[in-house]
Amino acid sequence: MSYRTTIEGTLFRFDGLKSLLAKASPERSGDQLAGIAAEGPVERLAAQMTLAEVPLRDFLSQELIPSETDEVSRLIAAQHDTAAFAPLASLTVGELREWLLDPAMGPAMLEAVTFGLTPEMVAAVSKIMRIKDLIAVAAKREVVTRFRTTIGLSGRLSTRNQPNHPTDDSLGIALSAIDGLLLGSGDAVIGVNPATDTASDYIRIVHLLEELRERLAVPTQSCCLGHVTVALKAMERGAPVDLVFQSIAGSQKANEGFGVDIAVLREAADAVRSLGRAPEGANLMYFETGQGAALSADAHFGVDQQTMEARAYALAREFSPLLVNTVVGFIGPEYLFDGKQIIRAGLEDHFCGKLLGLPMGVDVCYTNHADADQEDMDVLLTLLCAAGVNFVITVPGADDVMLNYQSLSHQDAVYARETLRKPPAPEFETWLREIGLIDAAGMMAQGPDLLTARLKGSRLLEHIAP
Amino acid sequence: MTSEILPRRALQLGDLKHLTQARIALGRPGASVPTKAEQRFLMDHARARAAVWTEVDFDALAEKLKEAGFESVRVTSEAKDRAEYVRRPDLGRRLSRASQEALPAAGSDVALVIADGLSASAVEINALPVALELAKKLKAEGLSLGPVVLAENGRVAIGDPIGERLKAKVSLVLIGERPGLSAADSLGAYLTFDPRPGTPDSRRNCISNIRAGGLAAERAAEAIFRLAALMLKAKASGVALSAMESALANDPGPAEAG
Repeated sequence: MSYRTTIEGTLFRFDGLKSLLAKASPERSGDQLAGIAAEGPVERLAAQMTLAEVPLRDFLSQELIPSETDEVSRLIAAQHDTAAFAPLASLTVGELREWLLDPAMGPAMLEAVTFGLTPEMVAAVSKIMRIKDLIAVAAKREVVTRFRTTIGLSGRLSTRNQPNHPTDDSLGIALSAIDGLLLGSGDAVIGVNPATDTASDYIRIVHLLEELRERLAVPTQSCCLGHVTVALKAMERGAPVDLVFQSIAGSQKANEGFGVDIAVLREAADAVRSLGRAPEGANLMYFETGQGAALSADAHFGVDQQTMEARAYALAREFSPLLVNTVVGFIGPEYLFDGKQIIRAGLEDHFCGKLLGLPMGVDVCYTNHADADQEDMDVLLTLLCAAGVNFVITVPGADDVMLNYQSLSHQDAVYARETLRKPPAPEFETWLREIGLIDAAGMMAQGPDLLTARLKGSRLLEHIAP
Repeated sequence: MTSEILPRRALQLGDLKHLTQARIALGRPGASVPTKAEQRFLMDHARARAAVWTEVDFDALAEKLKEAGFESVRVTSEAKDRAEYVRRPDLGRRLSRASQEALPAAGSDVALVIADGLSASAVEINALPVALELAKKLKAEGLSLGPVVLAENGRVAIGDPIGERLKAKVSLVLIGERPGLSAADSLGAYLTFDPRPGTPDSRRNCISNIRAGGLAAERAAEAIFRLAALMLKAKASGVALSAMESALANDPGPAEAG
């Protein structure tokens, strides 16, 4: 089915929903690399105007990737809830934008349509929304998840403390994690990306994080972000696994590139639940995603990278995760060229994830070959805080010495707490206050290394120092 | 000897700073980083950016290779400049038409390709020492090395059309890795048995972090040499080679370098 529109005497024709979505996407180097982007701003606007007229029902009758060959498409179809879709059933994409922006549509209304919306509908409407729109709507959609902390409450911001080390050295990981805790980071999770991929290293890392968490009595979760199959082996061997992690993408083929399918994710989700470490009803999975992942695996089937990203969220929501974050600027300039593209992509991902019901966080980050810098990250962090992002990732001095990219610093999280007034999860906030790291007003205590009497009393550093 | 008299103060995190390269215990004026540490970070970023955007002086490299007794050939990818190179990885993997003619069918055991990749400084500092050490080892074992191919705006996979054209059994691409803040001069080495366009990455083996503070040139050359010799013997590379190796894992052999 082709879509067409005439604008001031010029006819624009788009060959199907897939092409229309790609050409309506805000400029993105990845779509240009894939050869599916609009030729320029005029064709892009024409596509956006055409897209605004498309009935949401069209998304239910036209699959971008056939269900016959793609289990993510099958999942998207199975998730769709006709009753939840009812209030939207007569709307076009343009009308959905206005419906979402309408102040009468409060948090409860947005939550009610969560499974009436498909990833493709959400991606489509995001393409005709400005940054301000993306923020205004996402800010209304609270998604709360729980384990030892309660994450995503309105007005709060959690952080993942990411103590990576180039060789997974135990001391290096511990020092980095403590540095983050002393600056108040880590209420979403203390999560290590391992440099190695063996089960024995995975087990060593989760034991180390478990010991740190217990010695300091920190209300939080830990995670080693190894492959799901390694996590399964570690759990078989009795490792203390709080959260199972996996990178995922929006097509079966792309997930095969990550070495996973729905079945293995289910197996891991069941395994971590059966460990019985978490209270009843706790969320136990952690996923990372990012625009461009499917294209880089040549598994995008001509679909634009932002729509592919939203499709990954359908897979994520199947598992009621504690945390999901887009690693937005990590993939490089061939997918997101510069700070402008990274900033918009981060806000799109957050918006789409939230509307689909995910506890969405963002790794506010970039690589050295992208045309971006720490000021772009300041802007994105500030905008995400306005949008009510569930969590961001922080590392010592914004420099991840294992993955060789820049994220936020722990100090940036202090800025979010003190200037933007976004306290952490309530349980963690209480802990920070009790050990004297923050005062009653939530401001950080001053002092050399911020080592408070209680932490000194734990002789933690003496314990780990060689 | 006052330290024996005074009670020992509790350790501060800053006391352990030297034990990791992570930027821990930076301090904190309000919600920011102290000026010195902030500007050190910005300088490291500036260096990394410069490594990406600077062009390798391949003429000078060819001259140095010549002095050391190596023949070299200059080729370019289909990416016309750095800006296109960064945006279009597909073009950086393809050999330009003009360059194809320049390559002789030398038929060597190993083809050595030096590509700029994402770090000019990695190539300028580390490529030559690795090449010299490796050539010595190959020669000692009676293995042949074709002309050194200097590839401008090249990605890893440019070694495939080059290796095929040269009729080499193994292609070795020494390439500037994406620079990090702590090291902007890391060189990577990618080896492929029976290189030809369309080779999947799963058929390659990689040795990374080749630089003064990481895997030093001599040890890198040793590791590359061992890998190349193994590939020539097994007539395989990548995942298939690793599978063969783990089948032989009962013999622990020498420790893996780096």
